[in-house]
Amino acid sequence: MTGLVVAEGLTRRFDPRLSLGDRIAALLGAAVETRPVRAVTDVSFVVRQGETLGLVGESGCGKSTLGRMVAGILPPTSGTVRIGGAPVMRGGRKTTTRIQTVFQDPFASLNPRRRIGKIISEGPLAHGLVTRARVPAFVAEWLARVGLDPAVATRFPHQFSGGQRQRVAIARALAMKPDILVCDEPVASLDVSIQAQILNLFLELREALGLTCLFISHDLSVVRHVSHRVAIMYLGRIVEVGPAAQVYAAPRHPYTRALLDSVPRLRLDDAAVSFRPIAGELPSPLAPPPGCAFHPRCPRASERCRRERPELAASAEEAAVACHHPHEDPVA
Amino acid sequence: MSGFWREYAENRIALLALLVVAVLVGAALGAPWIAPQDPYDLAGLDLMDARRPPGHVGSGGYVHLLGTDAQGRDLFSAILYGLRISLQMGLVAGAVAMSIGALLGILAAQAGGWVETAIMRVVDLQLSFPAILLALVLVAVLGQGKTQLVIALVAAQYAYFARTAYGAASAERRKDYVEAAAATPLSTARIVLRHVLPNVMPPLIVVGTVQVANAISLEATLSFLGLGLPPTEPSLGMLIANGFQYMMSGRTWISVYPGIALIVLIIAINLVGDQLRDQTNPRLRR
Repeated sequence: MTGLVVAEGLTRRFDPRLSLGDRIAALLGAAVETRPVRAVTDVSFVVRQGETLGLVGESGCGKSTLGRMVAGILPPTSGTVRIGGAPVMRGGRKTTTRIQTVFQDPFASLNPRRRIGKIISEGPLAHGLVTRARVPAFVAEWLARVGLDPAVATRFPHQFSGGQRQRVAIARALAMKPDILVCDEPVASLDVSIQAQILNLFLELREALGLTCLFISHDLSVVRHVSHRVAIMYLGRIVEVGPAAQVYAAPRHPYTRALLDSVPRLRLDDAAVSFRPIAGELPSPLAPPPGCAFHPRCPRASERCRRERPELAASAEEAAVACHHPHEDPVA
Repeated sequence: MSGFWREYAENRIALLALLVVAVLVGAALGAPWIAPQDPYDLAGLDLMDARRPPGHVGSGGYVHLLGTDAQGRDLFSAILYGLRISLQMGLVAGAVAMSIGALLGILAAQAGGWVETAIMRVVDLQLSFPAILLALVLVAVLGQGKTQLVIALVAAQYAYFARTAYGAASAERRKDYVEAAAATPLSTARIVLRHVLPNVMPPLIVVGTVQVANAISLEATLSFLGLGLPPTEPSLGMLIANGFQYMMSGRTWISVYPGIALIVLIIAINLVGDQLRDQTNPRLRR
């Protein structure tokens, strides 16, 4: 299994933080939640050099947690992420600058009390990627690359719109000269008209810099637009992975199919809006269903699905699906 | 910044309060030049001038605007010098308490686990009984003097700053920009000092303003009770205490004028603090 980014057996559990009072109450039988949340369970995947892997799933499926572990922000409960063989984190601390992150909300991800120039140059300066004397030119260069006027370096984040802030956030991430970029819902909080601009900027810079990307989104059309391969997550696990065109054209996992069918679409033939919402609700990650986590909502579920959890076939394969009764293989 | 100032100036009372604080601070700073007499120079005091009412022309040949006290000190001069000491104590104690409190609060928020529990439980414990009690005990144990008094004031007040800093820091730490800094990665020290601390400062400054006023009144209380500074360098609290025994004899000015100076100072600082609090609290914004 080769890849620039190799994630193996990533699991993240969140234990509830109980105060002494909560613990006593729990012992006495009060309804205090003591079960851990399993945000991500045993996820393995690779991202190849120069490729963009799209990670799709509903809210709460663990895709952001997975992204944070890959980016070295959150230490996994177990499992490892390696970049070119070297672990991203050691002893709970990130040890590499090769992977950088663009966050979802540009209103929260920029320190309100720092000037734009400082925001962009702080990391490179701290890691010796630029000399102090070169900082103004360096900042101007990056602002220009993300389509902002170099003169804005002295402004504060609140003087910018959401789209402009996200440009700053992208400049901050790329100024660290990373090989890999994790984009955690980078356009989800932007207006639709701005989304396209930011996505185009992202595609442009990805080509120019030869970036490898993990692109996280709940928006299927955005992911299709930017990804070479996609991975579909459901309740903390990857249920299907494969080349984007193939997964979108012929989804094999019933969940992937249901997810694609649930997207509202304008149909030209009868001018009606057609979509089918997925039946039921996302189960609680506190108590995932036994067997296949999707079986309570799955039209194809059998007795076997209730007992036995389907494994994702070896992730080295180009395409894989974790299902006992997948839709038939696409014609090669 | 200019918007902040404009909004501040819209509140006339707060503006007046700021002016009063500025005048009082200016008077305290300029005391050696404004005061007709050096009240600390015991040789310059004449007992013949003792307990004279306001307007009396004493042996120094100048008018005692606010009268004189039992030692023959010119009260106007004594009040100016007393303001100096009160402000000095309040500002030094406030600044030290703010530094220690901010350090402990941010440390607790950053470290988490048993460090957080240990620090914050001590702070909670201390907040649960009156500050003056602790200050009284400390002054009684440590003895009198400026350093001892500052220690007592700091010990009585740091807990307020620690609570505020802890609350603000734990809120800031969860924000994306801190995560973004950690994801770069930047060192923990840099994240705390350059990212968390500047965003924790506004609430601390607000609490600090009010706590300076509290420190001044605490110091005055301790001095009034005879546990403050040595009587040779009277603060406002001690001036009030000195005049207290003459209240019933009609020589009210010895206590009343220092009292007015103290009250005006404390109220003005509190008004400034309240306005700062209102302006930095987004929930109260129009």
